[in-house]
Amino acid sequence: MCLAIPALIKYIEDKEAEVEIGGITRRISLWLTPEARAGDYVLVHTGYAINVLDQEQAEETLTLLRQIAELDEEEG
Amino acid sequence: MRFISEFRRSELAEGLISQIHRKSRTPARFMEFCGGHTVTIFRYGIRQVLPSTIEMVSGPGCPICVTANADLDKAIALSQIPDVIITTFGDMLKVPGSRSSLQQVKADGAQVHTVYSTMDALKMAEDNPDKSVVFLGIGFETTAPTIAASILQAEEKGMRNYYVLSLHKVCPPVIRALLDSGEVKLDGLICPGHVSAIIGSHPWEFIARDYGIPCVVSGFEPLDILQCVDMLVDQVENGESRVEIAYRRGVRPEGNQQALRLMEQVFEPSPAQWRGMGEVPDSGLKIRKKYQCFDAELAFDIEPGPTSEPVGCICGDILRGVKTPADCRLFGKACVPENPIGPCMVSSEGSCSAYYLYGGSFGG
Repeated sequence: MCLAIPALIKYIEDKEAEVEIGGITRRISLWLTPEARAGDYVLVHTGYAINVLDQEQAEETLTLLRQIAELDEEEG
Repeated sequence: MRFISEFRRSELAEGLISQIHRKSRTPARFMEFCGGHTVTIFRYGIRQVLPSTIEMVSGPGCPICVTANADLDKAIALSQIPDVIITTFGDMLKVPGSRSSLQQVKADGAQVHTVYSTMDALKMAEDNPDKSVVFLGIGFETTAPTIAASILQAEEKGMRNYYVLSLHKVCPPVIRALLDSGEVKLDGLICPGHVSAIIGSHPWEFIARDYGIPCVVSGFEPLDILQCVDMLVDQVENGESRVEIAYRRGVRPEGNQQALRLMEQVFEPSPAQWRGMGEVPDSGLKIRKKYQCFDAELAFDIEPGPTSEPVGCICGDILRGVKTPADCRLFGKACVPENPIGPCMVSSEGSCSAYYLYGGSFGG
């Protein structure tokens, strides 16, 4: 029930935003993430953005996972 | 989709799986608290790819499943009051209470509507000024701030026909209760990602400090779970216990301060009833006095009648992690998703539903 989906903010109007989730456009509330800006990815839960996704952290995690995979190939 | 497909790549999963196999020596039992994690673990067959040293058990982190029958009966009783419209998230509809379900009373003519968001419930209240719209406030810290926001929006608009039946629950106290019971011995906890997006990672620190159990906050894609297991194995093999965040793109240590502020403004801690665990102190959220005109519990005379539990159902034991669905004699026979007897078979994130849909092997 705590499902939250990443969505891209297209534009912001007052405390609401139009977002794109996998090609579908939706209107969501920004009551919980007033810091969100157009172009940000947010985690959307029951129509509310509950956090702004940290794109740098996502890249860092993926880089780490790629390194682990490369190490495994070398050893494997 | 951005931030989803990258975290499902099989070649990266293989690297993590090999690393976990190489490192894991000590037998360890890890619990995934969250029902969303249970679904990922079953859907991607993660139990089957882990080494035999690691045992995974599912925890009580499904808000639908842990809602006590007495509370469900209250929601059903509310639906019988004239001019009341019940609005709820879809999963609640089929959960059987003591004598009926919301789906059953809806079929019998009660006004019960499924909504995607509290914003839809507010809209329904605006569109039906001569009716009372009650939203069933069910969910953990992920959901509670959205419901707090709906109450503040209703106040801002001067609405007087919107109410919330607050059955929210908060997670850290129930984990403490579970560990204090001594029924389940854990060597690691996969902490819920979206609860932590709100509350941050600090509220889990007592588990590492007081119980010596490693904790890692995980996201919901298969690579997230594998990375989390890998980090737990590191802590186990090094004899450490601390709180780490694997889901760094979605969770900050301090959480979402704005969401926490709204939650604190509208709700105060209260005891709550958990299916399988009974009353747990400070594990619920009650609407504060300042906002009591939105509290369905105070606004209506609710008479739910006596509570009873389904005979033979072991959902309570499954939620505490002491039994698995395979131990239940109703599972897959009398209790199936089309005709569920217990809530763990109803909710898409319930353990029984995950076992039934993806189970195959019940091992480990």
